[in-house]
Amino acid sequence: MPAPQKAAKAPAKTIISFENITKRYGKVVAVDNVSLTIEEGEFFSLLGPSGCGKTTLLRMLAGFETPTEGRILIDGQDVSEIPPNKRPVNMVFQSYAVFPHMTVAQNVAYGLKVDGVGAKECAERVEEALALVKLEGYGPRKPDQLSGGQRQRVALARALVKRPRVLLLDEPLSALDAKLREQMRSELTQLQDKVGITFIMVTHDQDEALAMACRCAVMNRGLLQQVATPSDLYEFPNSRFVADFIGQVNLFEGQLAVDEPDHAVIDSAEVGVPIYLDHGVTGATGSTVWAAIRPEKIEIYKRIDGADMIKMEDAPQGHNVVAGTITHLAYLGSETVFDVTLETGRSVKVVRSNLTRWDQEDFSWDEPVWLSWHACSPAMLTA
Amino acid sequence: MEQSWRKAKSVFALVLGPPLFWLVLFFLIPLAIVWVYSFGTNIGLTQIAFTGTFSNYVRAIEPLYVGIFIKSVGVAALTTGLCIVLGFPVALAITFAPDKLKAWLILLIMLPFWTNLLIRTYALIAVLRDEGYVNMTLNWLWTHAGGLMSFAGLKPLGDFVPLQLLHNNFAVVFGLVYVHLPFMVLPLYSALDRLDRSLLEASLDLGAGHARTMLQIVAPLALPGIASGILITFIPALGAYLTPDLLGGPDSQMIANIIERQFKRANDWPFGAALSFLLMYMTFIAIALQSVLAKRSAGPKA
Repeated sequence: MPAPQKAAKAPAKTIISFENITKRYGKVVAVDNVSLTIEEGEFFSLLGPSGCGKTTLLRMLAGFETPTEGRILIDGQDVSEIPPNKRPVNMVFQSYAVFPHMTVAQNVAYGLKVDGVGAKECAERVEEALALVKLEGYGPRKPDQLSGGQRQRVALARALVKRPRVLLLDEPLSALDAKLREQMRSELTQLQDKVGITFIMVTHDQDEALAMACRCAVMNRGLLQQVATPSDLYEFPNSRFVADFIGQVNLFEGQLAVDEPDHAVIDSAEVGVPIYLDHGVTGATGSTVWAAIRPEKIEIYKRIDGADMIKMEDAPQGHNVVAGTITHLAYLGSETVFDVTLETGRSVKVVRSNLTRWDQEDFSWDEPVWLSWHACSPAMLTA
Repeated sequence: MEQSWRKAKSVFALVLGPPLFWLVLFFLIPLAIVWVYSFGTNIGLTQIAFTGTFSNYVRAIEPLYVGIFIKSVGVAALTTGLCIVLGFPVALAITFAPDKLKAWLILLIMLPFWTNLLIRTYALIAVLRDEGYVNMTLNWLWTHAGGLMSFAGLKPLGDFVPLQLLHNNFAVVFGLVYVHLPFMVLPLYSALDRLDRSLLEASLDLGAGHARTMLQIVAPLALPGIASGILITFIPALGAYLTPDLLGGPDSQMIANIIERQFKRANDWPFGAALSFLLMYMTFIAIALQSVLAKRSAGPKA
């Protein structure tokens, strides 16, 4: 069941590989046996809650931390012994780290001067880099005359002017205000498209990762959880952690009751009705599994007490339909979020798009409803 | 209750009053008296007449005294320079030391402050004198080296001649550096410690080596710390009295020693007062220079 690829690029070659990387600080394991490859030209995102090891992984790639075990290859070359100033990667720091005593142009030129680039070429490339980040004419300014967003652009230009093989971005948008963050998301992806350099971005913001990256690696407590395209992460999570971390989800614990090649059934005491899946799964019958259903994939219908249960066209009678009562609803304009309590006492989150201007009038508090979902909607998780 | 204590006049006066009174009574008034003395003339053994004369100042710019002023500035500048050279690596090491060690290292730097200057200076004499620890060690090495050489069949070394480490200009500068090093290390450390580490990482990331990062990123950003370190080393070094008095030789006199002599042995208070004020004016110039430099390094704000 491959999901449609977000960015189907030509067969790419591996530019970075982490091979069994472990990093320990004393007894604390920051990164736990992570193996990961990143392809040339990708916009790759390391995603996870704070303290999951994503920044440590990035800093090991930049050379500021040394792996306790394992090795990192850049273009097939082991970089373990190469100091940060000799690696073909450049970093945009979370605090931007723009040198406060230098002008914008001096900041951007710094890395070129180090490389011994001639004055003329240096000036040209600085101009070019500043144009790339839309800071033409800002060269003579000092950083304290710039806004946060502009300082970030300086940091970007300063890294890109070196034409690195890989650009590392450590939480690049976290210090910006909400409006600017939205704008910089698309600007960064456009920039990446334009320069064609591999970007690796660390973020804790799942929206940011989904919106910007070709592929994401989700990490938790030092462990790599899943590496996939944003849509695969959302639609085909491989664990409860990923399902829960990316977007919102209803997780129902149950037992795998039926496992046929073309369908499967999960019995969940929490839901009260069997959950029917229109595909076979891999798992032992009787084992504990979880059905993950996204709130927007659950449909909501009015229910009259005592009426017959409605039937989903793609599931047998009595499957994938459950009675409940609205206990809370929040009208958010584009959609309405319902909290529905099932007869089992379990609360289920449902999101309904307001497709017409009268949709929000359909339901009110304490109303009895049917909840139903298609046989293709639940994702079965075993971990 | 007033929200702003600045508006609560009585509280303000109560807090400010006693120290202000103290300052006026025991600092400003005596200073004013000395200033008046500097325009006076000695009449008799203890009496000074205020004559409004500038003769004390005229005498102070005689070549003998100008020479001592210049020498004092030179010694203080050399001391300050050595303190920077020695203090910068120390401050840097403390900055990058593990957090647990940091407090102990700073304590070590501060420790000499808890010992009386006189005792520290006498301790230095014990180290530097002809029979001191330095010469003792050298003597031991010399004797054993000589023994080894004769053992190897070479011409034996002559008798050990102790190095003249005390009662000369070397001893004065050595002593001044020893005393003033903490004054340099502490402001340097506080400036370096405030530095955003990611700036150093950014410099390395952009390809710069450690030396270039030090010179082009760390040093310019630590400039305010360096400037205040220079100031609080240079000013007391310029007015140093005890160190040249105890460690110096006959040609190691600094201006404070001359001033002391006027007030005591020479019993020429007006001339001593004039020299004192000249020294103070020089200090003011140093402070003014520093603040001008500090303003320039901060740059014009937008």
